[in-house]
Amino acid sequence: MPKRDDIEHVLVVGSGPIVIGQAAEFDYSGTQACRVLRAEGLRVSLVNSNPATIMTDPEFADATYIEPVTPEFLEKVIERERPDALLATLGGQTALNAAVALHERGVLDAYGVELIGANIDAIQRGEDRQKFKDIVRSIGADVPRSRVCHSMDEVRQTVAELGLPVVIRPSFTMGGLGSGMAHTEEDLERMAAIGLEESPVTEVLIEESVLGWKEYELELMRDKHDNVVVVCSIENVDPMGVHTGDSVTVAPAMTLTDREYQHMRDVGIKVIRAVGVDTGGCNIQFAVHPRTGRMVVIEMNPRVSRSSALASKATGFPIAKIAAKLAIGYTLDEIRNDITGETPASFEPTLDYVVVKVPRFAFEKFPGADPTLTTTMKSVGEAMALGRSFTEALGKALRSLETKAAGFWTQPDPAGATLESTLEELRTPRDGRLYAVERALRLGGTVQQVAEASGIDPWFVDQIQSLVELRKQIVDAPVLDEPLLRRAKRYGISDQQIAALRPELAGEDGVRALRHRLGVRPVFKTVDTCAAEFAARTPYHYSAYELDPAAESEVAEQRERPKVIILGSGPNRIGQGIEFDYSCVHAALALRDAGYEAVMINCNPETVSTDYDTSDRLYFEPLTFEDVLEVVHAEQQSGTVAGVIVQLGGQTPLKLAQRLADAGVPIVGTPPEAIHLAEDRGSFGEVLRAAGLPAPKYGTATSFEGAKRIADEIGYPVLVRPSYVLGGRGMEIVYDEQHLASYIERATEVTPEHPVLVDNFLDDAIEIDVDALFDGEELYLGGVMEHIEEAGVHSGDSSCALPPITLGVTDLEKVRASTEAIARGVGVRGLLNVQYALKDDVLYVLEANPRASRTAPFVSKATGVPLAKACALLMMGQSIKQLRESGVLPAHGDGGTLPPEAPVSVKEAVLPFHRFRTPEGQGVDSLLGPEMKSTGEVMGVDSSFGMAFAKSQAGAYGSLPTSGRVFVSVANRDKRAMIFPVKRLADLGFEVLATAGTAAVLRRNGVPCTVVRKHYESAGDGEPNIVEMILDGAVDMVINTPYGNSGPRIDGYEIRTAAVSRDIPCVTTIQGLAAAVHGIEAAIRGDIGVRSLQELQAALRAERS
Amino acid sequence: MNGTVTPSAALVLEDGRIFRGEPFGARGTALGEAVFCTGMTGYQETLTDPSYYRQIVVQTAPHIGNTGWNDEDDESARIWVAGYVVRDPARIPSNWRATRTLADELDRQGVVGIAGVDTRSLTRHLRERGAMRAGVFSGETLPPEQEMLEQVLASPPMAGADLAKHVTTAEPYVVPAHGERRFRVAALDLGIKSNTPRMMAERGIEVHVLPASTSAEELLAMEPDGVFLSNGPGDPATMDHATEVTRQVLRHEVPLFGICFGNQILGRALGMSTYKLRYGHRGINIPVIDVRTGTVAITAQNHGFALEGEPGERFDTDFGAAEVSHYCPNDGCVEGVRALDVPAFSVQYHPEAAAGPHDAAPLFDQFVAVMEAKGA
Repeated sequence: MPKRDDIEHVLVVGSGPIVIGQAAEFDYSGTQACRVLRAEGLRVSLVNSNPATIMTDPEFADATYIEPVTPEFLEKVIERERPDALLATLGGQTALNAAVALHERGVLDAYGVELIGANIDAIQRGEDRQKFKDIVRSIGADVPRSRVCHSMDEVRQTVAELGLPVVIRPSFTMGGLGSGMAHTEEDLERMAAIGLEESPVTEVLIEESVLGWKEYELELMRDKHDNVVVVCSIENVDPMGVHTGDSVTVAPAMTLTDREYQHMRDVGIKVIRAVGVDTGGCNIQFAVHPRTGRMVVIEMNPRVSRSSALASKATGFPIAKIAAKLAIGYTLDEIRNDITGETPASFEPTLDYVVVKVPRFAFEKFPGADPTLTTTMKSVGEAMALGRSFTEALGKALRSLETKAAGFWTQPDPAGATLESTLEELRTPRDGRLYAVERALRLGGTVQQVAEASGIDPWFVDQIQSLVELRKQIVDAPVLDEPLLRRAKRYGISDQQIAALRPELAGEDGVRALRHRLGVRPVFKTVDTCAAEFAARTPYHYSAYELDPAAESEVAEQRERPKVIILGSGPNRIGQGIEFDYSCVHAALALRDAGYEAVMINCNPETVSTDYDTSDRLYFEPLTFEDVLEVVHAEQQSGTVAGVIVQLGGQTPLKLAQRLADAGVPIVGTPPEAIHLAEDRGSFGEVLRAAGLPAPKYGTATSFEGAKRIADEIGYPVLVRPSYVLGGRGMEIVYDEQHLASYIERATEVTPEHPVLVDNFLDDAIEIDVDALFDGEELYLGGVMEHIEEAGVHSGDSSCALPPITLGVTDLEKVRASTEAIARGVGVRGLLNVQYALKDDVLYVLEANPRASRTAPFVSKATGVPLAKACALLMMGQSIKQLRESGVLPAHGDGGTLPPEAPVSVKEAVLPFHRFRTPEGQGVDSLLGPEMKSTGEVMGVDSSFGMAFAKSQAGAYGSLPTSGRVFVSVANRDKRAMIFPVKRLADLGFEVLATAGTAAVLRRNGVPCTVVRKHYESAGDGEPNIVEMILDGAVDMVINTPYGNSGPRIDGYEIRTAAVSRDIPCVTTIQGLAAAVHGIEAAIRGDIGVRSLQELQAALRAERS
Repeated sequence: MNGTVTPSAALVLEDGRIFRGEPFGARGTALGEAVFCTGMTGYQETLTDPSYYRQIVVQTAPHIGNTGWNDEDDESARIWVAGYVVRDPARIPSNWRATRTLADELDRQGVVGIAGVDTRSLTRHLRERGAMRAGVFSGETLPPEQEMLEQVLASPPMAGADLAKHVTTAEPYVVPAHGERRFRVAALDLGIKSNTPRMMAERGIEVHVLPASTSAEELLAMEPDGVFLSNGPGDPATMDHATEVTRQVLRHEVPLFGICFGNQILGRALGMSTYKLRYGHRGINIPVIDVRTGTVAITAQNHGFALEGEPGERFDTDFGAAEVSHYCPNDGCVEGVRALDVPAFSVQYHPEAAAGPHDAAPLFDQFVAVMEAKGA
């Protein structure tokens, strides 16, 4: 009995913006679901507020609603679309929570919408910790002892029985938000209070500690005939106590006997049955005591999860795709295994390789945040690698991260590190702890000592010990001969690592030359789900080195179609996220259509680009020079490589461009010399001068004295930053000499090779972002975005509107002419992003990036034009004229000439401040600045700016308030500008609270307001100060602009972090305030409707022609 | 190659292909049929499974030996595999039940292995060319390639090999029922694994494990409630004695349950013929569909031969009608037969698992139900 015939129309719910704990993996799963459902002939409607996703491309659904993933908006979509069923198990916790809310509000019943995948009971059984524990016990399995608490009193009572340490887990939060381990009474008081706060139902679980136990996960799937398969087992290298998203994980499990593994499998199958996930996937987490083997079940996700994405990429078994098919009635044995093409999906993948995933952190972005790894997830991305052994996969994974250290031995040890200090360091889990494991072993620690200190299983520690031994051989060998080199490579050691150990080899290039001379090159194996038992039809490859001279490479010859290799963007990090993957995927799709063989290289398991059917060939490899070069070589051996694309994956591939070109690799699109022209300030200055375009005055300094001289000359404030960065790493606005000195002191690497740039900072300017295509002759202005925040806030963190809401025709003409002059002057072929600041009618050029930008997907969606696809075709030699003729670009007009009726799209950034705490448990500052801090974005689209902005806020933070109390405290320079919008809020019925200075100005202008004390003005008379009021939930929105200069601004900091921890809107710029008032007005009018992207774009196309 | 490093282990296949590596376990020479096993766990159970007698087992999982060797997971009294081929042996074991390392145990039992082989290339080769004779050679110096190949070519092939007599118990023994004895079962040991009588014992069965040479008269004289045909090595076409015993059991309508080799013997007793698979089913992830219910079990398997037949096919036998009750959706291979007029059924896979998933364990309950029905 195949597919159900009573479902014709499915509403798929996406996961909204990328946040920590919920990232691109849900674009991957949602995209697969949409593809599958449409291929089955169903109508698919989709809701997701994240424009940077592939799933929200109009071709993936019949009706795509880029609307907030909230019950309010979902109800509007359901009312309009009348779907038969709702699929929420592929959209992460956000979608699942929204589905539960729709059920509780009676919306699903009212419209007769069936929840498919997992029903409400199953969701609640899986998510409600107490219900779940009862179920596990009822099937005869073990759980940690625990109790659910709703108040601090209950918490204290429970701990009196269980003893410390205990784990605190709030109910219904994602990514382990608010959870952690309390070792002391003080920890307990603080963490339990936060946990109760974070839980939407004021509920925490207090649990027996399983800290240090071995941690495992199983990915299971079940169909309506009750067939269950285990897709993958995952073992965490970091034992219990570190969130699995922050752990180094390995697939398959490495240290279980069959007896133990089968016991785990039996329990997993009983759990999925008892919880009642009828048709789809789930993830179950286990802890095993390392000395007694006692196994307890920790938790389950009754949905596709981050681990499912990892398991899919690790095994080649597409969990999301199959979950979607199961949800509409197929059974596992009716679904074909794509990879073998012959065998069914009702089997369990077996691996003949090892998969290692390592997390990518961004603590450097959040000064003051506690970098200790706990049960709250803090990583912002991950890299995965495959190898034929654990060490090979680990080495590849570590160098995939693009962190300062690119694997062991590539950075000097911390000064003064000893065995004792390193063992001590290992006792607290932190980012990069495997480096400390290696160091401890190298300094003479035993496997036992290191395993004891870190809690890491001795087998893994011994694997690293084998690397320490190999290192010694490499260092001691009189000459690096072929057998030793081959052995080093087989253990996953990179050319760069070998170069660090053998300085006489003249660096990585010398090692590579030697290696190639000796014929030591990798073979490429295939991910085939079955350990080679059956032939694989999908070319999904990874590299490996074998000692065996009989080793085989499995790359098939293909000499008919020219190949284009697309370099992806690597692990997600702040500043380089899913937006770049979006462009890479588009290029692959466009090139396949145009008759090329698209070859993808990437190492990020969360993405659509690493789906084996996105490109013709997939290499799951690190994006380092060495690894990319070997893939290019393998592809050149098996066919003709027409070009390599480095422009779409962000800074990761871009920074390889010159070296690849020097090595003879054909880079297509903007040539590396042109990239350099745009990125090097001196050369770029020349381009601007030649074109007569103004730029803020700036200078380049290699010392404090130099920087001071420049700042004195151009005047404060100045923007200081290192050269060659993405996401504004290390940028600051400096208002005086003292802060300049402290900045230079903190910027460790100020050398002639790494100078500091000092720019005149344009206060109060309007910032404009432009994405454009250029073919050498003609410019296509993709879109012009006006930032809502003033210049100075990183463009990735600021919200913006398209079409620009306050720019005039002459401004736009200036933008067009400047962009074309830059494109021509630099020599762009493909996409170009330019940032401008408009001040006093002068359009200053801030910077130009000759690559696909973060905003490319937003612009593509807002204007209905696939910019990245067009870019890929331009790079392969087509012209804009040809693209207009073939319909890829509109026949006439462009993103700078949108019709007056065009809808307004607003992009808003989503910030992760609430996930970080200082070691003392305080929140971190939520202030925006020139350094990018956001993890993702949402889009709001409607016919007017106010409504679009309101939607963007609802999508990012939950809705703007329509009544209640608003607190206002602004810097002196903002006092004049805030009067009108705050008065409007008062007129709309808000109660206005203000600090004394702000209140005086408001009152003089006839705005009634209540004075509240600043937090440090506490008089001790019981009258609460503003911070206390915010924490008590007495305030619905905060308007707080920073006072003057950078650095820690104590008062605002307390207020903003309080707002962040209460999750209420916190507006930190005056422009943002104006936009918020627009949005509130629109929300109060209550006439915000929903429209699908397909309708919006059809209307746009009609107006254009 | 600079010629100074001499590999001290080699795997030589009968088609002349040679894989070089490092010695693992005992040094010496091992001859047998090279087969690959895709299980990611359970090497201890695999090594001690008598069905692997005279086979050189290639593990596709790259890391082997991680959990060492313990005193609880042996499936028989010794390691039966002839030779062992792995990629990365563990340097240290890590498991709370481990008492020694895999390498030491292989050495102690004189099992010759080879490590460092590109087991994936080897598996692909066996997949395409089929399981074949091979030899593992290890030591300080190895014979010339031609000499090694000649030794391999001189070894007997698996087709036509009668091997159960080498692995069967010399004397009958009894595995008592756990708790109250409900049934007595005569189990013909063609290479039985420890977990099989254990799982029957858990269900109140007293298991009399009998040598393969036991006659039908001796067996029936025990008046068993049921008869069990175990797994075992070799070519089922040579098993004329066991087939004849089975026919006698069917004639007397004593409930009969067979697994693996036992499935092939029941099939033969029902008049089916057997053939050698190209490379067999050896793994713990193999789907089997029950024709009656359409449900899928993930099973442990280890067979190089199979019964001829079509999924769901019904046919007449000397004992009434019978049907092909189970098949593998990967390749349509027969995975179970059932007599419809006499109480006998069998499966090609391992409900006792060890190593492998427990999905098929209810087959033992089904055996109990058949005996109950017969006794009632």
